[in-house]
Amino acid sequence: MLYPLFWLLASSFKPENEIFGSLTLWPSSLQLDNYTKGWTALPMSFTTFYINSAIVTVLSVIGNLISCSFAAYAFARLQFTGRSFFFALMMMTLMIPYHVVLIPQYVQFLKLGWVDTYLPLVVPRFLASEAFFIFLMVQFFRQLPRELDEAAMIDGCSPFKIYWAIILPLSLPAMGTAAIFSLIWTWEDFLAPLIYLNDIKNYTVPLALRLFLDQEGQSSYGQMFAMSVLSLVPVVIFFLLFQKLIVRGIATSGMK
Amino acid sequence: MKRFITRNAPGYIFLSPWLLGFFLLALGPILASLYLSFTRYDMVSDPRFVGFDNYVYMFTRDRRFWKALDVTFTYVALAVPARLIMALCVAMLLDKGLRTIGLYRAIFYLPSLLGSSIAIAILWRQLFAADGVVNQALAVFGIQGMAWITNPDTSLYTLVVLAMWQFGSPMLIFLAGLRGIPRDLYEAAEIDGTPKWRQFTRITLPLLAPVIFFNLVLQTIEAFKTFSSAFIISNGTGAPADSLLFFTVYLFNEAFKFFRMGYASALAWVLLIIIAAFTAVAFLTSKYWVHYENERD
Repeated sequence: MLYPLFWLLASSFKPENEIFGSLTLWPSSLQLDNYTKGWTALPMSFTTFYINSAIVTVLSVIGNLISCSFAAYAFARLQFTGRSFFFALMMMTLMIPYHVVLIPQYVQFLKLGWVDTYLPLVVPRFLASEAFFIFLMVQFFRQLPRELDEAAMIDGCSPFKIYWAIILPLSLPAMGTAAIFSLIWTWEDFLAPLIYLNDIKNYTVPLALRLFLDQEGQSSYGQMFAMSVLSLVPVVIFFLLFQKLIVRGIATSGMK
Repeated sequence: MKRFITRNAPGYIFLSPWLLGFFLLALGPILASLYLSFTRYDMVSDPRFVGFDNYVYMFTRDRRFWKALDVTFTYVALAVPARLIMALCVAMLLDKGLRTIGLYRAIFYLPSLLGSSIAIAILWRQLFAADGVVNQALAVFGIQGMAWITNPDTSLYTLVVLAMWQFGSPMLIFLAGLRGIPRDLYEAAEIDGTPKWRQFTRITLPLLAPVIFFNLVLQTIEAFKTFSSAFIISNGTGAPADSLLFFTVYLFNEAFKFFRMGYASALAWVLLIIIAAFTAVAFLTSKYWVHYENERD
């Protein structure tokens, strides 16, 4: 199961001529060349790409958490005319493939002058574009006892106060699950950056990795593998830290 | 009137980011893409209305469209069952051995989490290359391998194998479902001397049907949307010989390589209709083969 991952890890430490032609994982001599050279092998160093990815990811996570929990709170806890209608619409957007909205969105963002900036990647996150997280949070918010809101309301709390002081603190597991998945999916996202980012200095890590493939003629497999390993590190770390939360999030909501 | 506003205001204030997003990022673009699908549009000059031309061309003359459909449907038909069967088998194994389950669950899930990353697609290209690991492993058994990735007869199957490797999330959902089956049903069957296979077909499968259904719909929709791995493994083109020309890869190239935005919008709508039709059929037929707990008696 994990052999391909171990092979990738092992190859990243091997000298070029040992990568192919042997199944053994252990390199004859452990070397870090691939990492040091790979880091700067592209026109920009990976420092830039990691900073870019971090900016996009952090902003996306924040955007998702704020906007999706807002929407979920409205759907799960507030009474208003048209609620079930909009809820049904929201559920329908879950099914629509991204590719359908892709082209008009691209045209729109191009006209706004947003192409080759992070705005097309980040702004939609602040507008609750990932309906999945809304759904996840709605499911969670609904389980919280109604009496809490009612008691707070009688004490004169505003809906915002209830959201902030009661619902959010009780929803840390749901918020955590959404944050982790949001982080991992944004980190790995390839299609949107591929479309919106042109200048290499704006590239995120997945786009940078693809540059290695274009240079394949010069065969720097070791470096490509080393950088691939590094690109997986944040995801693996988060997985190890939050494994229980991730697993529970999947089993209860059926993601991906 | 004033009461109406004070009663509804908080709801709409909290909903406003989503509402804005819904109109600007979902509904608006969907309608725009429907309109664009009836136009010729290269992004330089204004869209020119051409009626059903794009669709007529697509269905009657565009051989790559049919190829893309063929590739995508073949992939869905192979990858989804393969992944679900793997997921169910492993979930049943894990359901039996309870002690170290946490560790195994994690190990089996990790590939799924990394699955959509470019690093894994790059890795896959090398595993199935002519001098790749797969062929070295086959050589141990004296089997002469081939260039799996660059051979149009086999390249699609390397992606099916990748899909099989990532069975983690349906597995976790199956596991949750298996936990919901009352143990005493198996105990009673055991006492009656019912063989294991019949226990599986008579107890496990029927009681798991809603979960199987859920996984099937979800995984099929996911499979139709496969992009990154196909794009990377085929160098962005669908090569070799269009054998990896997934629908989404074709759409991407039409839109962002050749700037045929009108035609690409028509392709997007066909994808939407395929997914919607599949989902509708699944839900309409589900009552014949999915029986939920509460309607059994």
